[in-house]
Amino acid sequence: MSKLIYLDNAATTKVKDEVLKEMLPYFTEEYGNPSAIYTFAQKTRKAVDSARSQVAELIGAKADEMYFTAGGSESDNWALKATADAYGNKGKHIITSKIEHHAILHTCEYLEKKGFEVTYLDVDSDGKISLEELEKAIREDTILISIMAANNEIGTIQPLAEIGRIAHEHGVLFHTDAVQAYGHIPLNVDEMNIDMLSASGHKFGGPKGIGLMYIRKGVKIRSFIHGGAQERNRRAGTHNTTGIIGIGTAAKLAGQDLEKNKAKQEELRNHLIERVLAEIPYSRLNGHKEDRLPGNANFCFRFIEGESLLILLDQLGVCASSGSACTSGSLDPSHVLLAIGLPHEIAHGSLRLTLSEETTLEDIDFVVDELVKIVERLRKMSPLYEDFVKRQA
Amino acid sequence: MYSEKVMDHFNNPRNVGEIDNASGVGTVGNAKCGDIMRIYLDIDDDKIIQDVKFKTFGCGAAVATSSMATELVKGKSVNEALKVTNKAVMEALDGLPPIKVHCSLLAEEAIHAALWDYAEKNNIVIEGLEKPVNDIEEKIEDEDY
Repeated sequence: MSKLIYLDNAATTKVKDEVLKEMLPYFTEEYGNPSAIYTFAQKTRKAVDSARSQVAELIGAKADEMYFTAGGSESDNWALKATADAYGNKGKHIITSKIEHHAILHTCEYLEKKGFEVTYLDVDSDGKISLEELEKAIREDTILISIMAANNEIGTIQPLAEIGRIAHEHGVLFHTDAVQAYGHIPLNVDEMNIDMLSASGHKFGGPKGIGLMYIRKGVKIRSFIHGGAQERNRRAGTHNTTGIIGIGTAAKLAGQDLEKNKAKQEELRNHLIERVLAEIPYSRLNGHKEDRLPGNANFCFRFIEGESLLILLDQLGVCASSGSACTSGSLDPSHVLLAIGLPHEIAHGSLRLTLSEETTLEDIDFVVDELVKIVERLRKMSPLYEDFVKRQA
Repeated sequence: MYSEKVMDHFNNPRNVGEIDNASGVGTVGNAKCGDIMRIYLDIDDDKIIQDVKFKTFGCGAAVATSSMATELVKGKSVNEALKVTNKAVMEALDGLPPIKVHCSLLAEEAIHAALWDYAEKNNIVIEGLEKPVNDIEEKIEDEDY
């Protein structure tokens, strides 16, 4: 196989060298439990504290508003279930969108079974919610608005500050699933009126199995994992010290280079999008053209199916992903692509390429060159394309 | 996830293409679920399948099962071809992951649909052949999207 070209950074990222270097001593040398009283554990405790400041700083929060979890899914579950628990006597209505990650959608479905009502906002063809519809959906008994910062498939960034302002004006809590956005685009919990925010370490150069939750002071949600007094009684379990130090370091590095990395990835991504749309007929870009994650490109190629595309790319050493049914384990293609209005048959032919700061122009050009050939090859095999050509003739 | 045989038939699919004035053509599956197979048969006066071609829109397993199915019926009589089951296609491919078994069923149905078309065109009855279920969703609009 040729060299590996990893373009699935929305799925997970490589742990940065500096992150790993910071983590390593805490496995075998400074392995003390940060909750312990003796001197040996004090260095670990300090490292955990400093990581907490680092993850807070990136979003303009205070360190004592940050809680470490086992990942983005836990944070999303915590935000929704604990809000329902704590504010359920005030109201039973939650607002979210149709294109949220399943950690939100399936948790909402669970809460519906528990007697809550959920409004799933539509999105437009670019994947954006309508602020007007959001405001209209708010009721007397609405307790929470949970809208993702940026979509994991199509990369569309939501108007967070406006959503936060509307939530604030109506006295409704605002949670955002920022798993794809944290560390990639500027976020500020005060400017955006965010009350709760979920993020995950491995999406921005940190390790897997560590996530975080920002909970604004005054938001009264309680513990989701019971057992110990860690995280100021809000999240039991011995601290994942190596993970915490990893996510803290990754947040520090992301903050240092945020604008530079963003600009670099946007330039490469735009080059990728321009070339694909120009060189592959019957292709389209999914997601908003400008308001999208710096490293995200998502396409549909008509008349072909996504899994075949992924296998052929894999054979060239290119890692990518698709929203086709075959890659989701069900018969339905991605709920996100359907929500932006794509017909099933077109949604099956989607391809997501997500860049990192290590992606080069050569990588992108290689992938586009090959993609042109692969799409042509699969179309030659496609009865849909055959019919289309005959109808055009 | 896929056997070596599946990968081989996906990478080097046998009998891809169309047959002009085919004796029988069958298309099954639907684009909504992500799989469509079309089989073309060229059948001589002795009811022997002289040539077979296919086109498939679908995943790796869909392409591989179509390819294998064409190999299994080529040179066979119409009655022999009817006996090529999805199980035979799967076995010839050294198995398929459970969620891909429907692809092999589609391949069997595509052969049957092409045989049915042949029988209809020639006004003959092939014993044991049932009318295929037309499962094709309406065609994709040609409008630019």
